[in-house]
Amino acid sequence: MDSAVPLLRVEDVSKRYGGVRALEKADLSVSIGSIHAILGENGAGKSTLIKVVAGVVAPDEGRMLLDGREVTFASPAAANQAGIVCIFQELSLIPELSVADNIVISDPPKRFGMIDRKAQRRIAEVALARAGAADIHPQALVKDLPLSRRQMVEIAKALARKPRILILDEATSALTAGDVSKIFGVLKRLRSEGLALLYISHRMNEIAELADQCTVFRNGRNVASYKAGSKSDNEVVELMIGREYSHIFPPKLPAAPASAAPRLEARKLSWTDRLDNISLSVRAGEVVGLGGLDGQGQRELLLAFFGVLRGLSGQILVDGKPVAISSPAAARQDGIGMALIPEDRKTEGLMLPMTVRENLSFASLDRLSKGGIIDRAAEQRLIDDMVGLLAIKTAGLDIPVGALSGGNQQKVVIAKWLMRQPRIILLNDPTRGIDVGTKQEIYQLMRKLADAGAAILFYSTDYDELIGCCDRVLVLYDGAIKRELVGAEITERALIASALNIHGEESPVGLGVEA
Amino acid sequence: MKDWRYWLAEQRGTLLALGIFIVMFVIYTSNHPAGFTANVVQTAANKGVLLAFVAIAQTLVVITAGIDLSVGMIFLLTNCLASWLVVGTPIQTALGVLAVLAVGLLCGAINGAVVIYGRLQPIVATIATGAVYYGIGLLLRPFPGGSVNEDLADALTGRVFGVVPASLVVLLAVVLVIWVPFSRSVLGRAAYAAGSSETAAYMSGVPIRRGKFAAYALAGLLASIGGLFLTFFTYTGEAAYASGNAYTLFSIAAVVLGGVSLFGGKGSAIGAIFGALAFRTIGDLLFVFDFDPLWQPLFQGIILLVAVSLGAFALFRVRNRLEWFL
Repeated sequence: MDSAVPLLRVEDVSKRYGGVRALEKADLSVSIGSIHAILGENGAGKSTLIKVVAGVVAPDEGRMLLDGREVTFASPAAANQAGIVCIFQELSLIPELSVADNIVISDPPKRFGMIDRKAQRRIAEVALARAGAADIHPQALVKDLPLSRRQMVEIAKALARKPRILILDEATSALTAGDVSKIFGVLKRLRSEGLALLYISHRMNEIAELADQCTVFRNGRNVASYKAGSKSDNEVVELMIGREYSHIFPPKLPAAPASAAPRLEARKLSWTDRLDNISLSVRAGEVVGLGGLDGQGQRELLLAFFGVLRGLSGQILVDGKPVAISSPAAARQDGIGMALIPEDRKTEGLMLPMTVRENLSFASLDRLSKGGIIDRAAEQRLIDDMVGLLAIKTAGLDIPVGALSGGNQQKVVIAKWLMRQPRIILLNDPTRGIDVGTKQEIYQLMRKLADAGAAILFYSTDYDELIGCCDRVLVLYDGAIKRELVGAEITERALIASALNIHGEESPVGLGVEA
Repeated sequence: MKDWRYWLAEQRGTLLALGIFIVMFVIYTSNHPAGFTANVVQTAANKGVLLAFVAIAQTLVVITAGIDLSVGMIFLLTNCLASWLVVGTPIQTALGVLAVLAVGLLCGAINGAVVIYGRLQPIVATIATGAVYYGIGLLLRPFPGGSVNEDLADALTGRVFGVVPASLVVLLAVVLVIWVPFSRSVLGRAAYAAGSSETAAYMSGVPIRRGKFAAYALAGLLASIGGLFLTFFTYTGEAAYASGNAYTLFSIAAVVLGGVSLFGGKGSAIGAIFGALAFRTIGDLLFVFDFDPLWQPLFQGIILLVAVSLGAFALFRVRNRLEWFL
């Protein structure tokens, strides 16, 4: 640390949840005018540390010093008052209220005891402009905004509170590339204005661009602190996971012969203004990626296959035969055998208060029951297989799934569908906000499933994943497939260029639609 | 999108309830032998405002994603109490009115305390407190009886300037003095926020508990204003169990008709008022079309179903099935 008295010091803080040690004598110093990155796997204690600093949980022992004076926060509001504002990974916006309502929510401007709506509107407009999101209408309801816009509102809301210490917990995970660069500009400006920023991210390139100082957490302890740029990515990842970091992506097998019949095929799919004449095919054993900027119709395309969209035009074929899929229940039937790993595991993937066991068997209840009665022994066997196959870390099968870490929750979502042995697997950004170790396991699993004969369609916002995992990548732009990249063509440069729909002299799009 | 379109989207539920009410009321008055006269409007208003006050009470709680099954019983209890207290000289009467309102506020505050600080489910907590309130009402009036200051009663159930029903003026005043400030205050916003997403509200440092408590307490106050008006119309107090339950259930119907979401966080008392007025007009419609009053519950049920289905028509336009569950 350069400056004499750090703005915030955390000393010997410990926190236990039941028998689990989330934090064990953790230390951290944050100085004025710096961006401090915190790295670590999920479950390493980062989230707990932030919750302690932000006043969400009280530590069991240890102390916090702000400006050299000891402080304790009874609530998030108390931490806010002291100038500590946190942008949480789980968005803290209120869906039924407008953007402006949300931005001023902790301290609305008042006039005659009532909220001054004109002042509120002004504050919201200023905050949105500061966050580089002036395109968002202050009167729009938050629930009508897509995830990436909500995240921008969340950032604007934090700025409106005039923080001294701003904590960003995976705050860029849902953002588009354009928004990320705007936010980086904002964060660098805040640093020059003398704020201290705590930045938590799984994206190494973001940390490399932003951070001044890094601290790595593992098993609830801070294991290393170093100046940004003084360690290589491999060294950092080794510190984080405590094991050798090699071959994060499994090797790709030689691509299936182009002559093989496609398992899943779409012909001229169109839906409202979101999908525009999409034709594609995926063969058994193939991992096909969907690329492009966020929100170009990738999500809708997966939902179209899974029978969620109404008024879809065009044809879907499975094993060369046209099928009419009217619901997710129809999509998972034996003749089709489709599974979708959804984007938002907390709402579309899991029933958080229900047990791990119940969540695992939800998609397979029809197979596990006779005459409407669940065969508990068969259920147990299948669950044991899955917990073993995916190495799901849980204290037991009968605890609420919401108590697991993010990575393990995602494994439960995947396991739930693998129990049906799907022939077609659709994945919607399955690694968002989960740790490196679990990501790696998911990549390997995907390849294993493809090798076992599944057809996989994989949407990811992370270009590295598309490059590392996919045999082919289809790049969407404005609801249409603009480019197909095969094998060695899948490079970051090609992905970015086609995502922005700029691809000069290359040959026109060749879509693998077999006659 | 332009500002007014956001406003329109926000007010859709309220405007739909207004539309339903106007259609029904036009059919009613155009078939009424006397037609659209001050007398007809006054009678309709006096019947309508009772449910309207109880519906505003229900709205306040429903916004927090709760439900208050005791509003009908607070309504009865305050009716019984008013039949003892709102009598005598103007001063005595005024003190009586204040006492009745204070008891309503207290009942609501007890509900709020039990739900928020006792952490009980609103549905169970208010069934229990509702039974207690009814029990006290029954002790106050084991048999129908009592009286009320008839000058005040006649003034508030009569007409202002010979045309405008006084009960509607009071309703408007209540909206302006209680609902509008509440909905625009920090506490009101906290109530909406808690109903929409309590965790997000907590994480944002919103005063959730105070907001919810204010909503429950004001609900009790509104129910007691309803109870006062019941006394003004009937000149007596009566602990009629069936009537209390009916008001509770009709208030839920009225808020739903008025576009207030039972999931919380959305809707306005203005919508609920039109919902209540529309619901009340159903009975009047049966009267002008010469149906046996025995048909009334059946028709109320059917019209409620139809009206609620109107709101569900939007689901046919949903092209992403996931939006069904939002």
